[in-house]
Amino acid sequence: MTMTCWETVNAYAFRALGHGERLLPREDFTLCQQFSLIGSGMIWNVYFGLLALLAGFFLATAVALGKNAASPWLRKPCEWFIFLFRGSPLFIQFFLAYEALVLLPRAGIEIFGLTVQTSWLSRAWAGALIVLFLNTAAYTAEIFHGALRSIPKGDLEAADAYGLTGWAKFRRIQWPTMLRLAWPAYTNEAIFLFHATTLVFFSGFPAFQQRGDALYYAKYFVDKTFNPFVPYPIVAFYFILLTLGLIWIFGRINARLNRHLPANTRVRLRLRPQIIR
Amino acid sequence: MFAYCSDPSQLDGLTWLSCYLTTGKHFDFYWSFVTVLTLLAVTAPAALAFGFAGAMAARAPFLPLRVIGKTYTAMVRGIPDIIFFLFFVIALDQGIEWIMHQVRCPDWSEPIRQGLEFRVCPEAKVPHGSAPQSVHRIYGAGLAVFTFALVFGAFVANVLSGAMAAVPRAQLETGESYGMSQGQVFRRILVPQMWVYALPGLSNLWMILLKATPLLFLLGVQDVVYWARELGGAKTSAFEYPHPDWRLWYFLVLLVFYLAMTKVSEIFLTRLQRRLSHGQATADGEAQRRAAA
Repeated sequence: MTMTCWETVNAYAFRALGHGERLLPREDFTLCQQFSLIGSGMIWNVYFGLLALLAGFFLATAVALGKNAASPWLRKPCEWFIFLFRGSPLFIQFFLAYEALVLLPRAGIEIFGLTVQTSWLSRAWAGALIVLFLNTAAYTAEIFHGALRSIPKGDLEAADAYGLTGWAKFRRIQWPTMLRLAWPAYTNEAIFLFHATTLVFFSGFPAFQQRGDALYYAKYFVDKTFNPFVPYPIVAFYFILLTLGLIWIFGRINARLNRHLPANTRVRLRLRPQIIR
Repeated sequence: MFAYCSDPSQLDGLTWLSCYLTTGKHFDFYWSFVTVLTLLAVTAPAALAFGFAGAMAARAPFLPLRVIGKTYTAMVRGIPDIIFFLFFVIALDQGIEWIMHQVRCPDWSEPIRQGLEFRVCPEAKVPHGSAPQSVHRIYGAGLAVFTFALVFGAFVANVLSGAMAAVPRAQLETGESYGMSQGQVFRRILVPQMWVYALPGLSNLWMILLKATPLLFLLGVQDVVYWARELGGAKTSAFEYPHPDWRLWYFLVLLVFYLAMTKVSEIFLTRLQRRLSHGQATADGEAQRRAAA
């Protein structure tokens, strides 16, 4: 039962979502099988990274503003939130979240006579996404907070002089400048968030019906073949592609955020190393 | 531990808890915190050494050495480090055994990679098959530390080469004008001054290293995560101390441990930064001078 490479791609390209061949490859372990299955797992990495990044962006803006607030009732909770998620390993956060979510009653929770289902929360697609969302929100909030504090004084004074206050001042002056200043650091955060998605199936969350991410399948191949020299470089290859794509998109946004500035004062994207959180 | 713990089934409340928390396995759990701290204490200087070597190589005048240094620092970017951790440990393990195989069994005729298996001659096994369990554990931990040091060394190299470039050029020229050789300028002027520039980056890395320690669990070291899972899992009445699934509580303890470590590190590093800035030509050093004046 040998398959051509195209058949293999068809069989496994969407295996991570539960489509195609039900059984994972048990023999041959050809390059084609490894590339299709690991690539299929990348769907989950992109899913986690993209949604956590999008949702985290808005929460991060709110938390950064909260941390910048004068009232301690607003500031303290935001500081604690940031410390909690930045001060502990993501690995432990995943474990803890999974254990906590599993404890929710299986039958669901009664709220005002309505039964709210909770079992989906302990599944990776929801549970891990929530953890990643909160985690990236905390890291991003710290970046945005730093940017908020370094908005040029003149910009704010100019806003006051024009009579801008409250929401209008935030929307038209503070927010765009904060984004512009924070963008290089935020690009790094996005890259490392995508890297962090490889932890999902390695910590608490089990892969349902062997639907896992890229690293899950790579580990599967390594366990079967005892050969780390093929599957892990394949994951690395996919991640380098993903990183290059991200850098390109974020670079375009950065150019747009800086378009009003003279070319020599623009903020340049500079990749800084940071790893496991 | 205590005399009254001889029959746990007769106990309840706090006495039960005091006995439960002092079982042999719990002491293994407490020791695993020491293990984590020990590994940190070994890994951090090792990573610093790797990083220092990398940074020196990256600014070496000899081209091949410079290429090696730059490749090393660029290597870890763009690839999730967990892949490095998983890859290096196996690759290193197999690499060592392959070399031992070439040295000790030159007459071995069978291929090492037989289809799916990696087979070296029995004499080339590291550690030796007959070695006690503790040797295997120490070897595993050693591989883990080496991998950690290698990966973090690349980041340290990045930070240090930035710091070396940040030392004001005039300082080095002053050294040269006093007739110091390149090596003397490096040792006496550059290295003592670069730390203040390197510290923010290094403290960042320290925090990251701290938070990467639970990954030791993935490398097969019996660390805090291993014991938290082991002890927290539901225990049936077949066990001396039956209890439902308590992993949540054990992981909460780990969370508090890491948060406390982060807090303590933050306080310590802030103090260190203030100390290192003393007398330096930086904004921080200038602020200290003004406050004193």
